[in-house]
Amino acid sequence: MNFIYLIPLLPLIGFLINGLFRKSLSKTLVGLIGSGVILASFIISLMAFFQVKAGNSAVVSLFEFINTSSLKIDFAFQVDQLSSIFLLIITGVGFLIHVYSTSYMHEEDDKDFAKYFAYLNLFVFSMLLLVLGANYVIMFIGWEGVGLCSYLLIGYWFKNVEYTNAAKKAFIMNRIGDLGFLLAVFWLLAKLGTADYHTVFANVSKLSPKEITGITLLLFVGATGKSAQIPLYTWLPDAMAGPTPVSALIHAATMVTAGVYMIARSNILYTMAPCTLHVVAIIGIATAILAATIALKQNDIKKVLAYSTVSQLGYMFLGLGVGAYTGAVFHVMTHAFFKALLFLGAGSVIHAMGGEQDMRNMGGLKKHMFFTHATFLAGCFAIAGMPPFSGFFSKDEILAAAYEQSPVLWVIGVIGALLTAFYMFRLYAMTFTGKFRGTHEQEHHLHESPAAITIPLIILAVLAIVGGLIGIPEVFMHGGHKLEEFLAPIFAQSKVLQAAHEHTPLSHATEYALMAVSVGGALIALIYAWTKFSKYEKTDKEEAGLGKVLANKWYIDELYDAIIVKPLQAIGKFLNNVVEKSGIDGIVNGVGKAVNYSSRQIRLLQSGQVGAYVLMMVIGMLVLFIVQLFCKNIF
Amino acid sequence: MAISNYIFLASALFTIGVIGVLTRRNAIIIFMCVELMLNAANLLLVAFSQMHNAHLGKYFPTLASDAQVFVFFIMVVAAAEVSVGLAIIVMLYRNTHSVDVNFLNRLKN
Repeated sequence: MNFIYLIPLLPLIGFLINGLFRKSLSKTLVGLIGSGVILASFIISLMAFFQVKAGNSAVVSLFEFINTSSLKIDFAFQVDQLSSIFLLIITGVGFLIHVYSTSYMHEEDDKDFAKYFAYLNLFVFSMLLLVLGANYVIMFIGWEGVGLCSYLLIGYWFKNVEYTNAAKKAFIMNRIGDLGFLLAVFWLLAKLGTADYHTVFANVSKLSPKEITGITLLLFVGATGKSAQIPLYTWLPDAMAGPTPVSALIHAATMVTAGVYMIARSNILYTMAPCTLHVVAIIGIATAILAATIALKQNDIKKVLAYSTVSQLGYMFLGLGVGAYTGAVFHVMTHAFFKALLFLGAGSVIHAMGGEQDMRNMGGLKKHMFFTHATFLAGCFAIAGMPPFSGFFSKDEILAAAYEQSPVLWVIGVIGALLTAFYMFRLYAMTFTGKFRGTHEQEHHLHESPAAITIPLIILAVLAIVGGLIGIPEVFMHGGHKLEEFLAPIFAQSKVLQAAHEHTPLSHATEYALMAVSVGGALIALIYAWTKFSKYEKTDKEEAGLGKVLANKWYIDELYDAIIVKPLQAIGKFLNNVVEKSGIDGIVNGVGKAVNYSSRQIRLLQSGQVGAYVLMMVIGMLVLFIVQLFCKNIF
Repeated sequence: MAISNYIFLASALFTIGVIGVLTRRNAIIIFMCVELMLNAANLLLVAFSQMHNAHLGKYFPTLASDAQVFVFFIMVVAAAEVSVGLAIIVMLYRNTHSVDVNFLNRLKN
């Protein structure tokens, strides 16, 4: 397992080459290097995966990172079941996105093109570091790294002020969450003196339940920032300002899955803090349903997908919250496939439409873009949870686990699933069916994208269709859940703890019934949306009532603006105008004026009058005499 | 003779010197007043030396005359200073036809 360090090192090298020589490399070379290093990482990750599968999990310590008297932190990588799965997702999907980018970004300048690939490689590098780290400190380095890269890439077209604002928003919201994460790590270091996963989980009994609850809640604050959960989710839809492959990378393979990974990694801590788990589940389901409602009324093709990501992440957190850690990881994986597929498909559409993102101006693209259309449809079925597409298995596992915990969670979850099916097929129908609603020029321009775009789409579509088969639930096939078997060692300790207050597992009949309800409901929503929006006609009618509220995203941005941004700006203005201008400036200028004035007065003493000088001398002497005479005791 | 007499004389001389320096405007008079002050100090040095060390003379001949040697030093230094000072005043008179010190403040510009 000594080759593990190569996995993050290669993208870093790619970043350095593309970054340093961006002016001299040709586009072909940049694309080859950028994608090549990721492909190499993917191959090494595959090797690591098979090693792990053969039972060789390992912690590889590279060098001493921090060493003070009481605190030792190694720069160590941990390769086990959980991280190897994530490695495959990140490098595999990441590689496809790189290949796709070579074509998608081809119109950029040579220099910008190289810069873009350098950032992309750095992004993958950070995420790999996050996943590979064997302690929370290394994870935090990657954690910050992806934050930085998201800032760089969302603001890639930095000449547009709105885009840079979106980048800043993502950066700042992530910082808020990172504070929670950092505090949790400090807390762990203070209590246990180590951040190594192994040591922390082995010594978890040394912490009191209150401390565990506090630490896990703070970690979860970090996760809400990175994984776009309530209340820190609003940056993710705005992050659509970046190039579409970047959105795919952020949403599918990196960054937003970091929170899920972190909680899955800390599953033992979380299992010991049931209170936190409830919070996670409630936040998860609330985010899922809130984002799904917003997605219903969005008209920007990427915005719909963005809200659907927020919503799907909500499902993952619901899974974590109800203790279905495998389900959550499973959903991360299937979601990576179909969300990358959907985003890249949307990118292909945008490409064909010459930059148009408004679905009201699309329609009828089915005829022009065969591969994009077919793969996109597969992605829609997968995310809507239609069997046997991949999303069905993972979402169903989470919903079944939620039902075990509380039927209320399940009901809300199913409603969310129906909404998902509805808005996804609204998106599909508005884009691909019906009549073309764009300009004449756009219609003339419509074409299928080149191979560098369609081949990744096809690969992802295959994965989105069959990816779920590694997690066939017990109810269909005994021993069909290969992923659960594989991940079992990671969650073994949690399983034991959960077994202490075990409720009886669902009967097969109940499980079939639950599936029937969710699939049936989703199917109805799907058909309704398909038929309704195939006949979509562009109208200038303003949304009214609830529709308007939804189209405006529940006015959450405005709310944040009113209760956080505006007061802060007001305080800033007050401090600037009153405290700074009259208070601090007054003091500073006052000191200057006082010195100026007194020196002008003292200058007058220097008259050149010899008599005056001598008089002063005599007075001085007299004073010295008097002091000497009367104050002898003092000196 | 009692030491107090010397002190009174020296103080009177010194005070006259100070008042002279402060009130007179003629540079030469000021010079003379400075001389008065110096000599008042010299007088005190000799007087105190005599008072404290005269009886030690037969055992430590040098100790008894220390302060009186200083007096000669002061005289020499004062003579040197006066020669320089007078030279300045002569030059000044040649240029301005005046030895009024208040007139000299225009040198500051």
